[in-house]
Amino acid sequence: MPERPPKVIVTKIGLDGHDRGSRVVAAYLRDAGMEVVYTPPWQPLAAVVKLAIEEDADVIGVSSLATDHLLVPKLLSALRAAGAGDVQVVVGGIVPPEDENRLLACGVARVFHPGASLQEIADAVRALAARTREIREGTPS
Amino acid sequence: MNQPIRPLAEELAEGEARWARAFAASAGAPARITNRSGVEIKPLYTPRDWAGHGYPEALGFPGEFPFTRGIYASMHRGRAWTQRQLVGLGVPEDYNARLKDLLAHGATAISLIPCNSVFRGYDADEVDAELLGTCGTVVNTVEDMERALEGVPLERISCAMNDPSPFTLLAMLLAVARRRGVPWSRIAGTSNQSDCISHFVANHMFFRIALAGARRIVVDHIAFANRELPGWNPLSVVGQHMQQAGATPAQAMAFTLSSALQYAEDCIARGMDPDAFLPRFTFFFDISISFFEEVAKFRAGRRIWARLCRDRLGARDPRSWRFKFHAQTSGVDLTRQQPLNNVARVTAQAIAGIFGGLQSLHTDSYDEVFSTPTGEAARIAVATQNILREEAHLVDVIDPLGGSYYVEALTDEMERRIEALIARVDAAGGMYAAVGQGLVQGMIGESARNFQEAVESGRQTVVGVNAYRSDEDPGACRPLEYPDRLQIAAQLARLAQFKARRAQAAVANALGELARAAQGRENVFAGVVAAIEAGATHGEVCATLRRELGFGQPLTVV
Repeated sequence: MPERPPKVIVTKIGLDGHDRGSRVVAAYLRDAGMEVVYTPPWQPLAAVVKLAIEEDADVIGVSSLATDHLLVPKLLSALRAAGAGDVQVVVGGIVPPEDENRLLACGVARVFHPGASLQEIADAVRALAARTREIREGTPS
Repeated sequence: MNQPIRPLAEELAEGEARWARAFAASAGAPARITNRSGVEIKPLYTPRDWAGHGYPEALGFPGEFPFTRGIYASMHRGRAWTQRQLVGLGVPEDYNARLKDLLAHGATAISLIPCNSVFRGYDADEVDAELLGTCGTVVNTVEDMERALEGVPLERISCAMNDPSPFTLLAMLLAVARRRGVPWSRIAGTSNQSDCISHFVANHMFFRIALAGARRIVVDHIAFANRELPGWNPLSVVGQHMQQAGATPAQAMAFTLSSALQYAEDCIARGMDPDAFLPRFTFFFDISISFFEEVAKFRAGRRIWARLCRDRLGARDPRSWRFKFHAQTSGVDLTRQQPLNNVARVTAQAIAGIFGGLQSLHTDSYDEVFSTPTGEAARIAVATQNILREEAHLVDVIDPLGGSYYVEALTDEMERRIEALIARVDAAGGMYAAVGQGLVQGMIGESARNFQEAVESGRQTVVGVNAYRSDEDPGACRPLEYPDRLQIAAQLARLAQFKARRAQAAVANALGELARAAQGRENVFAGVVAAIEAGATHGEVCATLRRELGFGQPLTVV
């Protein structure tokens, strides 16, 4: 059976609406053969969790320009509470160094900064999707 | 010499052919270079590209139609541009301290960037507290505005506020002026971000009201300013959002002018005289590091707008034809890698804007790729402007690049491209229709992807990112600290106190009037001012309008 392509949610949470980054990355991942679910900005955390479960997503990419990354720890808790803690979460955008350490410590898989190449992001997302599937196959559903 | 013109043309053609052979012999065929707007750039421009024909019609003199060389006769020689740094952080007291620091270091006007919760139409107690004051100042009530502007002479300082529809920050400013006994006729400044189209299309930093309601409130706001606020510019049409979202310079200029036409036509449909509102239309643009392209963009934009105002909108007063603009250096061009290099980028961008004839300038701080600017970085950004003006003498000559064969040829070509894009939007039925169909967003998104591909493939060098890289740790750049949690808690407590001790009946009454204005045809902005003066909060005003006029969604195309 051919491998299903990685399934990625590209989203923005919180209050900011600047979506150039999320649109460019979403289009690139789609063109790179992944299944991309794109949302407009301002998603409530509960909506992202619900979408991740309904879509059976492998990876969630959160784009943040204006400090919305500060809500990502809450998103991770909400995913775990909903039994979707195996979904890998990556963050891209303006993330100060101390905040990056905090995000990684609470379970974010990768943080991409301005200047990261699209290829680098795509490679990392593909690898993380494979990890999600390994975890899932290892756990009885 | 009985035919002086023809032999010159022949001599030029011959000379250019000779030069082309010499160029090819030393450097081979010139590589094909295009600017961000897609204009092919030749290695040399001569009188064959721009011979100065039609000088009076194409260029004219500064302060005269079509204003290619500048909108005022004296331009920067008479009065340098306004130094307006965007400021907004923390709670009102933090903002006030930063404001006083910038004023002491040479800023001549102020701005106010509110917290994202304010942009989105909420009070501090309606959103995740983690996000409060991290990207702008938390201002919800007239008392917050009092504290933010403590010690600022409102009658002498021009104040630009990032105050999208429904313009509650302006309402608070007017309420503060009334409390201090400053007549509204003395209040000067600009409602930045009043261009609702750019918010729906590009950065989505808007109060979530449906587009039809937002469209109406913009016109109400202009009508109110016409009547009550002679020193206020109620409309700032924003190309910056679209260019930051990926639009090429030509696209950003074209879509901005198309938006401005739409607002003007809405005002005319309401019975307003173009000469009553056009002199107070202003523009706000991005300045990318594509130096000559930016200069040409601004020169072409001035010329096109002058013609549109005179010939299409029927304005008779020359003041209506002036294309007044504020510009900000492009944050998208800044890099996280080797962050101090951003000072050089901002300098190049600022020079392009100055040579482009701007009226007001914000220079980005080098650390904006990490966070809201730190105090030191904000001071360097202001000093950059002082150095360019007073040490480098960039203001001594008006339109110093005018007459350059290259700049004039490029101005003409940018003009053709901008006009072709305006015609496409017109064919779609105007800007509201074009964004409704996704036309504009589709083009902007495609340009953003093309630019990213140019960077990834190395066709576009970005120092420190795809060339001249180093292992230096950019994390060495110290970001701004987030607002103190205790201060945020105190701000929330103040909001609760404010709500508890005001005259509740008056607030309820004013919000009821506002709802009725929204349902009917009365001026909604007048209702906003009355509600804020009665003690309503920003969030309450927005909730009322959301209820009456419906929710809005960003108009996005992937």
